[in-house]
Amino acid sequence: MNDVLDVALRLLVVFVVFLTFPLIVGQTEHKVMAHMQGRLGPMYAGGFHGWAQLIADGVKFAQKEDVVPAGADRRIFQLAPAVALLPYLLVLLAIPIGPGEGAVGQVLDAGVFFVLAVMGVGVLGSLMAGWASANKFSLLGGLRTAAQLLAYELPMLLTAASVAMAAGTVSLVGILDAFEWWWVPWQITGALVFFVAGLAELQRPPFDMPVADSEIIFGAYTEYTGLRFALFLLAEYAGIVILCGLTTVLFLGGWHGPWGADGLGWIWTLLKTAVLAFVVIWLRVTYPRLREDQLQKLSWTLLVPLSLAQIALTGIVKVVIR
Amino acid sequence: MTLAAAAGTAAHATTTTAAETHGFLSPTGVEIAFLLVGLVTLGAAIITVTTRQLVHAALWLVVALGGLAVEYLLLTAEFIAWVQVLIYVGSVVVLLLFGLMLTRAPIGRSPDADSGNRWVALAVSVVAAAALVWVVADAFRTTWIDLDGAPSGSTEVTGASLFQHWVLPFEALSVLLLAALVGAIVLSRKAKDGAATGARATRRDSEGVR
Repeated sequence: MNDVLDVALRLLVVFVVFLTFPLIVGQTEHKVMAHMQGRLGPMYAGGFHGWAQLIADGVKFAQKEDVVPAGADRRIFQLAPAVALLPYLLVLLAIPIGPGEGAVGQVLDAGVFFVLAVMGVGVLGSLMAGWASANKFSLLGGLRTAAQLLAYELPMLLTAASVAMAAGTVSLVGILDAFEWWWVPWQITGALVFFVAGLAELQRPPFDMPVADSEIIFGAYTEYTGLRFALFLLAEYAGIVILCGLTTVLFLGGWHGPWGADGLGWIWTLLKTAVLAFVVIWLRVTYPRLREDQLQKLSWTLLVPLSLAQIALTGIVKVVIR
Repeated sequence: MTLAAAAGTAAHATTTTAAETHGFLSPTGVEIAFLLVGLVTLGAAIITVTTRQLVHAALWLVVALGGLAVEYLLLTAEFIAWVQVLIYVGSVVVLLLFGLMLTRAPIGRSPDADSGNRWVALAVSVVAAAALVWVVADAFRTTWIDLDGAPSGSTEVTGASLFQHWVLPFEALSVLLLAALVGAIVLSRKAKDGAATGARATRRDSEGVR
């Protein structure tokens, strides 16, 4: 009975985090974007600085009619948002926020592989949506999503492999247990490559050509309305939380900090994740959108060689210090 | 490669456990789950090859490959399971869908999707399945995985058995993959030299390299 309670409690906490953190990132995005662009942003909902704007958005989405286009493949069209969203919920289960058994949803032996594998599944949701909508813009969006996945998946895997090599384990908790502060400069190239590739996976600006609203009208999500569209948006923000959390865990030492490693470690994790999430938003406001072929070029001529160089460096250092 | 590695791991790690304590008539929960997931996987695989809708076939393939990953998990081969998801569900199926979308992906049935070779294909697949089932059943007849003991399919055990007992096949596979990689590059370069139509050929070429 105790075990069941423990599992249920962990699932509940992960679920609550899954529902709240993306909203916090979304609200931060509203505000940060507004300030960077010299405007106020949503100010009325909820009274204080429009804190309830996203809740109002949610209510609006829930009230809208759920439209399925006549020519669409009904079942796949309706299934796609779930396929896009659920993988992120599963990934969240494996990310440790503090030391010890209590601060992670589920300790996995091959955690790095689990998170990267399951994150890749989420892209299937966009592909399904793009195809099933029976809309040219959606199909183009789906195509771009797929092309993008093929480009960024390799550098992401290679840099994660570099960290796994450095730590001598593929368990996320194990990697953090082995972490030393000098890993940050040692793995910095890998960290940058991982983060950039992750942005491309999330289709965040400057890599948002699969959704490019000004040319292909939100790509795979063109035909979606109401709650299903909101689920896709939630998936994007959940993706930001996951990517920032993963970068924190893999490259920035997770719960390790200058002080307070025992007991306050989770604050470090959250702080680093929040800073990275801010960077994600910052990049959105700062950089223009790349073209699809520019992403391919960036990935194959820059990110892949850099990640291979990082692996070589990791290997050399590993042999030298042994 | 994954299958071979899984078989290798299982063979290496479980040969020591006794067989006589197990019978087929009193299945455990895990065994029942294994059987049910296996049935789902088989069903999804059959739908994959029989459905008339091209993209549905690719999506049913996701179910079949995912079911296979669950089977690996139930066989305690966690690492193999996640790699299965990463490579097959995350990459191969995406590549398949990409190809389908890039060429033709009509919504609804494709009446011309049936191949004239289907009976030959059926015969080949039945023979291949029979050979595999026979080999696996013969090799693992008396081995059972001890679920309560040390993990027998963890990353560490898999890695150790892969690089101790299965190094030669592993390296042979690497060379095979390298050859395929070089071959792909050579093929796509030739197309560029041969076709004199300029920009379009160049674009095709870069598509191919991707």
